[in-house]
Amino acid sequence: MSALYTESVASLRRKLAAKEITAVDVADQLLARIEQADGKLNAYNFKPDAAKVRAAAQAADLSKPLGGVPIAIKDVINVQGDPCTCSSKILQGYTAPYDATVIKKLREAGAVLVGRTNMDEFAMGSSTENSSWGVTRNPWDTDRIPGGSSGGSAAVVGGHEAFAALGSDTGGSIRQPAALCGCVGLKPTYGRVSRYGLVAFASSLDQIGPFTKTVEDAALLMEVISGHDPKDNTSVNRPVPKYTDALKQDLRGMKLGVPKEYFISGIDPEVEAATKAAIEHFAKQGAEIVDISLPHTEYACAVYYIIAPAEASANLARFEGVRYGNRVKNPKDILDLYRSTREQGFGPEVKRRIILGTYVLSSGYYDAYYNRAQKVRQLIKRDFEQAFTKCDAILTPTSPTAAFKVGEKTSDPLQMYLADIFTIAVNLAGVCGISIPCGFTKSKLPIGLQIIGAQWGEENVLRAAHGYEQTTEWHKEVPQI
Amino acid sequence: MAEYEAVIGLEVHVQLKTNTKMFCSCKNEFGGAPNSHVCPVCLGMPGVLPTPNEEAIIKTILTGEMLECQIAPRCKFDRKNYFYPDMPKNYQISQYDEPLCANGAVTLNLLAFPKDVQNDPKVAFDKKIRLERIHLEEDVAKSFHYETASGIDFNRAGTPLMEIVSKADIATPEEAFAYLTALKQILIYGGVSDADMEKGQMRCDVNVSIRPKGQKEYGTKVEIKNLNSISAVRKSLHYEILRQTADVEAGVPIIQQTRRWDDGRGETFMMRTKEKAHDYRYFPDPDLLPLNTEEGLHQTAKSRLPELPAAKKSRLVAAYAVTEYQASVLASEVALANYFEKAAATAKNKSAVANFLLNDYFATGGDIENIPVNPEFFSELSNLVEEGKINTKQAKEVFPKMVAENKAPSVLVKELGLSQITDTAALEALCDQAIAANPRSVADFKAGKTNAVNALKGQVMKLSKGQANPQVVGDILLKKLSA
Amino acid sequence: MASPDIDVRYVADLARLNLSDAEAATFQKQLSDILGYVAQLEKVDVSSVAAFSGPVVNNLRPDVLGESLPVEVALSNAPQQENNLIVVPKMIE
Ligand SMILES: [Mg+2]
Ligand SMILES: [Zn+2]
Repeated sequence: MSALYTESVASLRRKLAAKEITAVDVADQLLARIEQADGKLNAYNFKPDAAKVRAAAQAADLSKPLGGVPIAIKDVINVQGDPCTCSSKILQGYTAPYDATVIKKLREAGAVLVGRTNMDEFAMGSSTENSSWGVTRNPWDTDRIPGGSSGGSAAVVGGHEAFAALGSDTGGSIRQPAALCGCVGLKPTYGRVSRYGLVAFASSLDQIGPFTKTVEDAALLMEVISGHDPKDNTSVNRPVPKYTDALKQDLRGMKLGVPKEYFISGIDPEVEAATKAAIEHFAKQGAEIVDISLPHTEYACAVYYIIAPAEASANLARFEGVRYGNRVKNPKDILDLYRSTREQGFGPEVKRRIILGTYVLSSGYYDAYYNRAQKVRQLIKRDFEQAFTKCDAILTPTSPTAAFKVGEKTSDPLQMYLADIFTIAVNLAGVCGISIPCGFTKSKLPIGLQIIGAQWGEENVLRAAHGYEQTTEWHKEVPQI
Repeated sequence: MAEYEAVIGLEVHVQLKTNTKMFCSCKNEFGGAPNSHVCPVCLGMPGVLPTPNEEAIIKTILTGEMLECQIAPRCKFDRKNYFYPDMPKNYQISQYDEPLCANGAVTLNLLAFPKDVQNDPKVAFDKKIRLERIHLEEDVAKSFHYETASGIDFNRAGTPLMEIVSKADIATPEEAFAYLTALKQILIYGGVSDADMEKGQMRCDVNVSIRPKGQKEYGTKVEIKNLNSISAVRKSLHYEILRQTADVEAGVPIIQQTRRWDDGRGETFMMRTKEKAHDYRYFPDPDLLPLNTEEGLHQTAKSRLPELPAAKKSRLVAAYAVTEYQASVLASEVALANYFEKAAATAKNKSAVANFLLNDYFATGGDIENIPVNPEFFSELSNLVEEGKINTKQAKEVFPKMVAENKAPSVLVKELGLSQITDTAALEALCDQAIAANPRSVADFKAGKTNAVNALKGQVMKLSKGQANPQVVGDILLKKLSA
Repeated sequence: MASPDIDVRYVADLARLNLSDAEAATFQKQLSDILGYVAQLEKVDVSSVAAFSGPVVNNLRPDVLGESLPVEVALSNAPQQENNLIVVPKMIE
């Protein structure tokens, strides 16, 4: 019998309902697994407090949709009374005075909150190397990065240190690490999940989403965290479907688009081969594969590296040591308080993006950079709208490569930025996407397949992902840690 | 020597009267214990998001409607980026290239000008001062400065603030005074703000430059801050125009700068020169979706449009037969006009009520916003005179008691033992007495000096201790003298 | 946009960020590379395209009082406070 900690959420729920196990058993096994594995992965910034987790498990209402299920949270989402560091020194000492809306929803659904996961500082990065808490390691090869920015959430789910986790995705920060750690990661349609309580990186791109071991679990979590929130002006008032119902249909009759622009030079041959094999598999299962074009794909990265830093430069202005967080000792004056607090509190990647974002908004450059980027973004959005008149979902690789070695790309930010080349356009267009396991490299590193859906197209994405998952075995592999 | 003219533009920030703040549901109230009306949103905590207050948007559109602006069909918010400890997010949510209201005007009126120029024939009392724009933004926190530190109270942070920017149409300190007075009047009319400068509900930054009369180009402009009353604006402008003129004449160039008004000393002092322009890096706030004002908001605002001062004035003249001047004064304060309409409701002579209110009541120095007298008493008092039950002199005796004690005039007339003698027999006797005692006046009258009857009338009033009905006395005297 | 001319020190000052000399030099080079990369957007014809913006939605909050934080919670994160005020070095107007 496999260890309890490798179970999916859905299977835990079934066993809890049948009283085969108790919520406290689940909590205990998970706590033991974290003790065993996290020393190697360093995926948690704050490991769960054993006494608190047991008490919460004891009190959990098992009739609720996530009753008794432990869920890990990326350290960028506010949980009242707990720290929320965003893996930054500048937020040392900060205690959240409120709950994010997704946290309220998880609590209402009976979930047991466990631990805060590591990430790139303020979600800026693709490797979880930019963290004041140190690098998180890939559960499949601890010499390698887990992806980022939600590397901790991907590693705890891929490494079975959590049954599910929440992350945030601004340019691929859920899907890319999910691909690299061999789990499922879903970036919902912009406006589907409330951002209230998520520390903003780029407000027009950020979206919270689940990391899970199976597609069914992703659907379960989406049913809980989705929905309109009056506290988030950008969340949309639109009913939440029963996503698990979408899993009842198989792949027959689905039209799946394959964009030629996503099979470019620079893509790792093993990744390309696995993606093409997956596409063939879909066809064999009765899906219709159609060729589509997303002609402005090549500009997505450039657009993203203007818009995201611009928004971030304003979003991160509030971190200056006046009202909370770290303040430099004995500042000479108010300017020194700002400048030195920010110098000491932010890591290099955050500084780089703040400077870039400040520059593209500054007097004389706004039109050339920010405004032009927003126009190209509109073209990228249109590409997707046109593509989705021809298909129900789009198949692409999630990441051009499998997990790379720690330190391999840190000196060249531009190369690092290109790691997100397949995921960024989804955020720019505001559509949804999932990454699911679709193979391994020869050296046993997971490869992810991205399935992109239209705005509010989560049901199609989940259906396609589930249809693939149920007819393949990749998701059943467990890494040895 | 060249003659100079001033070019003045005003930027006015107005606190909107709402229950809650602009982007969170904390109380919009000034003066609570420090940091008692704050929440994660208005403290700019990590992860919070703004939610726009519908009422603040409606009140801004209403202001635009009252000031003849064009209302934008779409409303969007922008971020204005700069670091300052009183601004929690280090950007202010404001409006940049698409203000809610554009253009528009404030029309000045005689009574809006300072009293001492209201008779000056050179002043154009009904000048229109055009507006550039009105936009909606959030206010900053309040700071307190100590020797080496500053303390910040975030109660005011995030409260709704309207910025009203005039064109540089203002030519004199008196016009600036009148502009602010007329603007304040309209804001109060619409119920959008109490607009009290002393309480900081209305804050004004002044831009002023001078140039030789007839020159097209503007001079270098100077900004004046720390203006805490409408008269301070006027005084500071007088000072600044003189100062700039003296400098220019002495060949000292004006440099672009911000100056601080010291009300105690009656002078402006240099705070800083503008070495480099601010770079606010405005961009659309991605946390706030643009909204459509044509969907309900504009309609709601329009449905709340009050009768404005000019319309009210015309209606008062037409409906109450008061003079133009009385109507202007009444319409200058919406509370006063409302009170007057109640006070005159059942009066036979409505102009007489206006007189009581504007002369007699004003003379008491009583509160004008909240007149502590049952308004029906004004009708009652004027009707007592109108019906000949008391005379005007007696009414003047009743009035202060009516105000001080909020007592009905009919009751006071009894208490004071006042009633007019209209009994003809009694009055005939008094007239005979007066005629007998003043042969000189009688002779004058007979000689054709008809005015002489007034002297006799005075005598009769004296003999009656003021209680005779002067009308009846006059009639009796004429009859007797002409006999 | 073709020739990136970013003045890292000036921009860092706008962003209230001290930089060491080494950092300034590294960023100067890296940001020039990135700006060189994003310059490819010049190739796109955007003459008839409107800038991206969110949907127009009147998602407004009614003017109804909600809960505020108790003062002690509001100030609990403040690095320095006195008399219920958050304290900073003296501000210059
Ligand atoms: Mg302003
Ligand atoms: Zn608040």
